[in-house]
Amino acid sequence: MALDLARWQFAIVTVFHFFFVPMTIGLAFLVAVMQTLALVRKDETWDRLSRFFGRIFLISLAVGVVSGIVLEFEFGLNWSAFSIFVGNIFGAPLAIEGLLAFFIESTFIGLWIFGRGRLSPGVHLATIWMVSVGTVLSAFFILAANAWMQHPVGYTVEGGQAVLTNFWAVLGNSTLWASFVHTVAAALATGGALVLGISIWRARRAPDDGERAAYRRATALACAVVLLTVVVTAISGDLQARLMDVQQPMKMAAAEALYNTQNGASFSLLTIGNLSGQPVFQIRVPHLLSLIADLSWNGQVVGINQMQAAEAARYGAGNYAPVLWLTYWSFRAMVGAGILMIGISAWGVWLWWRKRLTASRWFLRVGVAGVLLPIVANASGWIFTEAGRQPWIVYGLMQTARGVSTIGVGDVALTTAAFVAVYTVLAVLAVVLVLHAARHPLDEIGEPPEDSDLASATALVY
Amino acid sequence: MATYTGLSAFWFSLIGLLWAGYFFLEGFDFGVGMVSPLVSRDDTDRRMCMNAVGPVWDGNEVWLLVAGGATFAAFPLWYGLLFQGAYLALFVVLLALIARGISFEFRGKFDDPRWRRVWDVAHFAGSLVAALIWGVAFTNFAHGLPLSAAGYTGGLIGLLNPLALLGGLAAVAVFAFHGSVFLALKTSGALMQRAERLARVAGGIAAVLLAAAVAGVAASGRPWQTLAGALPGAIPLILGVLAVIAVGSAVLLVIRGRDGLAFAGTGAAILLAMGAIFGSMYPAVIPASNGASLALTVGAAASHPYTLEVMTVVAAIFTPFVLCYQGWTYWVFRRRLQRPVAAAAPGASGG
Repeated sequence: MALDLARWQFAIVTVFHFFFVPMTIGLAFLVAVMQTLALVRKDETWDRLSRFFGRIFLISLAVGVVSGIVLEFEFGLNWSAFSIFVGNIFGAPLAIEGLLAFFIESTFIGLWIFGRGRLSPGVHLATIWMVSVGTVLSAFFILAANAWMQHPVGYTVEGGQAVLTNFWAVLGNSTLWASFVHTVAAALATGGALVLGISIWRARRAPDDGERAAYRRATALACAVVLLTVVVTAISGDLQARLMDVQQPMKMAAAEALYNTQNGASFSLLTIGNLSGQPVFQIRVPHLLSLIADLSWNGQVVGINQMQAAEAARYGAGNYAPVLWLTYWSFRAMVGAGILMIGISAWGVWLWWRKRLTASRWFLRVGVAGVLLPIVANASGWIFTEAGRQPWIVYGLMQTARGVSTIGVGDVALTTAAFVAVYTVLAVLAVVLVLHAARHPLDEIGEPPEDSDLASATALVY
Repeated sequence: MATYTGLSAFWFSLIGLLWAGYFFLEGFDFGVGMVSPLVSRDDTDRRMCMNAVGPVWDGNEVWLLVAGGATFAAFPLWYGLLFQGAYLALFVVLLALIARGISFEFRGKFDDPRWRRVWDVAHFAGSLVAALIWGVAFTNFAHGLPLSAAGYTGGLIGLLNPLALLGGLAAVAVFAFHGSVFLALKTSGALMQRAERLARVAGGIAAVLLAAAVAGVAASGRPWQTLAGALPGAIPLILGVLAVIAVGSAVLLVIRGRDGLAFAGTGAAILLAMGAIFGSMYPAVIPASNGASLALTVGAAASHPYTLEVMTVVAAIFTPFVLCYQGWTYWVFRRRLQRPVAAAAPGASGG
């Protein structure tokens, strides 16, 4: 019971945190790009846009930061047996993330927020780029820790603890590099989709001609960024699938709910009814699964039953299959959302090429709704990758049930309920504030960053 | 083995330094949050208080995250057993840090007095609760916890014993003093004068409470200090007494209007007190009040030497950069905040 609650709590606090993390990574980058365009081209429109999206970026950053503090301690709170087992290895990238990435991010964000007008424009621009670098470094080190849980390397097990033997192996983990590219590209796409949705809306609805023209440029930039980054996400995702086929074949089979080993396996786009082989209705693409997993037309994909037998023989009796409906549908939600994003952004780029970006009412609708797609894709991607590793917390080394803390059910229930309550409030406030900020008109040229006479006198920003 | 002991002792000291740095820096953030309602007369004052730490609070808080990460990497057993034991206490701190952290960014987002009121309360309460619980926690570490083979199982109530509560109140008072002096340095005009006046009161209270807490801890048994490698008991006691003297000197300096030196005094007091606490704990990372053998020691909790070596190299390369750019931030924002000319004088309706 404490175990189930601890798992729910971890799922809730990480998925919530990860609503905001990709938005922050993506918006930091896009705001930095806009501010660069403003400075290099001496273009005030980009300057106004960078301030506008800077406000939205800061809302997402604030929620990401406070929910991130929880995660630094969540392993010790609820997963102390796991922490003791992996600390030698898992702790190092976490500590390095703090030293290298969090310090850069948090210090330079202060300089960026309060330094406008105080630092020279070039130095001020450098501060937002430092923030962007910090967010990406942070992604790298936390993914290094996660990749080790998916595919442990550079270790031996000694006296009940995993002990680091090769730090470079941990940083060179193939799983890490594939997921790093995948995650960062998806994060940039998330920021892009947000800018796209807000910009296309403002490009049609803003009362002022100049503003509408400014937002058309932001829409075009966002469409290009989303198209490019989702394609990179898809390519790196394909790379991950092939690694997964070797490193975690059970997860690959579970993604597809493939019960028995097949050569030239087909990919099911959609299943209605039972996943266990007797569907009511199914759409399948021949040979696609073999192509994804093995890059060959008739490649072999191992089935769940075969993997179950192999893992039981290796690790002892037990159930080694994850929850199939969850892996099957989360995988499809992720891929489906990604494909829709490619479609929307490609359409946007085409409309921009034809100089008809704001002419289509349908593009406005899907562009605004499209803000939700990366959020769905990010959450379902992590749910797939973490749920698909079950019953392992560290693949092949430690099962999740053995990683939990010795804690009372009441304590976990209380804290879980409190996190749900607090995070619900934070989520509602964040959405309200983003919508409020999205209605804010662009700053007048030369206007101080906040719409107040206080700012010019003393740089009271908050 | 000797170098290994040296390496783990080094990481124990480094984690002590990270916590000391955290409390030195976030101490004045918490202090400013706690005294803001006492020194402010209107909304502009409250806004100035928040902006006095605005550019730096987030960077200050990262010291905590790095302390947590370093503990995880260098002493997995310390990280694992301490936080599962101090479960609800840490949880309350996390909620307090969420409330306080979010208030900075959210407060100014709606131009509505009730909205700002909510975040003023969150900022105040978050600062106060975090300071109190941190003080309670570290007093318990200096004094020792009743441990069983499964670690600490006494729950939140067990942590809230009278001595620890005294230590918690001392932390609140010291941080309030530290924050008041910081405000006196960073603001101007009537707000600065009120911060100076409050600093004298907070400083007096802090000196008394800290002296009582140091005496309470010094009088306790601390059986783990019989373990090999323990520092002579006089060392943490001397550091603790010096911390009290530093607070007392800072009070005198504030009275004489020497705010800069007074801030050095409050800062030194925090560093000395943390030195006393970590000096008192060593060689235990989780000291047991009920028997030397029950303590979790540095040697038993430490990671394998290779992990510690890797971490040492990484820390040696990157820490100087961190100190440089964090220092630079304080330099960039070194000026005092002026009350905006356009804002009405205190007493009139807030802006």
